[in-house]
Amino acid sequence: MSRPLTGLSAWLVQRLSAIYLAFSAGAGALLLWQQPATDYAAWKGFWETPVVGAGAALLFVALLLHSWVGVRDIILDYASRSTALRLVLLSLLGAWLMLLGVWMFSILLSATQP
Amino acid sequence: MANKPYRPVFLDLRHIRLPVTALTSIAHRLFGLLMFIALPFLLYVLELSLRDPAGFERAGALLTGWPAKLGMILLLWGLGHHLLAGIRLLLTDLDIGSRLPWARRGAWWVNVGGFGVAVAGAFVIL
Repeated sequence: MSRPLTGLSAWLVQRLSAIYLAFSAGAGALLLWQQPATDYAAWKGFWETPVVGAGAALLFVALLLHSWVGVRDIILDYASRSTALRLVLLSLLGAWLMLLGVWMFSILLSATQP
Repeated sequence: MANKPYRPVFLDLRHIRLPVTALTSIAHRLFGLLMFIALPFLLYVLELSLRDPAGFERAGALLTGWPAKLGMILLLWGLGHHLLAGIRLLLTDLDIGSRLPWARRGAWWVNVGGFGVAVAGAFVIL
């Protein structure tokens, strides 16, 4: 049995990740606006709070998913004639996003170390 | 699968006239791509600022330099436009503002609003 690819899951991921990004980024900005981190201790303390760390981790995941859908759309639109080129570009995109993900999480984890 | 006949391509920027909605749309895509390219730089500054107090100072010094300030304003413009255009698309998903006059008005507001965010950011940053 074969199911047609409708792009519905990508559409859903893009929308849901966008909504979370808007709210979490807004919440983070609001927190920092109310209590600006003026020195290293305050800045580190901000990232050490569990709510901030968890929210940021999810924000990074949402960002990676959102940008995957978006940049993939660009690749599919402009590398429309060569399947081989599309495959290479999409693979590079995936690898790059995974690299970014590792980096993002290492930053968050390092922030919790003294 | 056999190659379909090639789609026509017209990229003469001197003669392309875009409706306002098309401008909103392509800017949405380009700003998204711009922010994506900026990500590693932003992550570097974040990592630097969290490393140690010296790193925090260096990150602050980096961000007060002219290239960084201009970059931040550009990214703020990008974020503002991308976010507003995205909200407009979400409303379209809900069938709100789909009729052409409203669509054009919405596109105008997004373009102006996005640029407004950049101007506001410029006031704060500069």
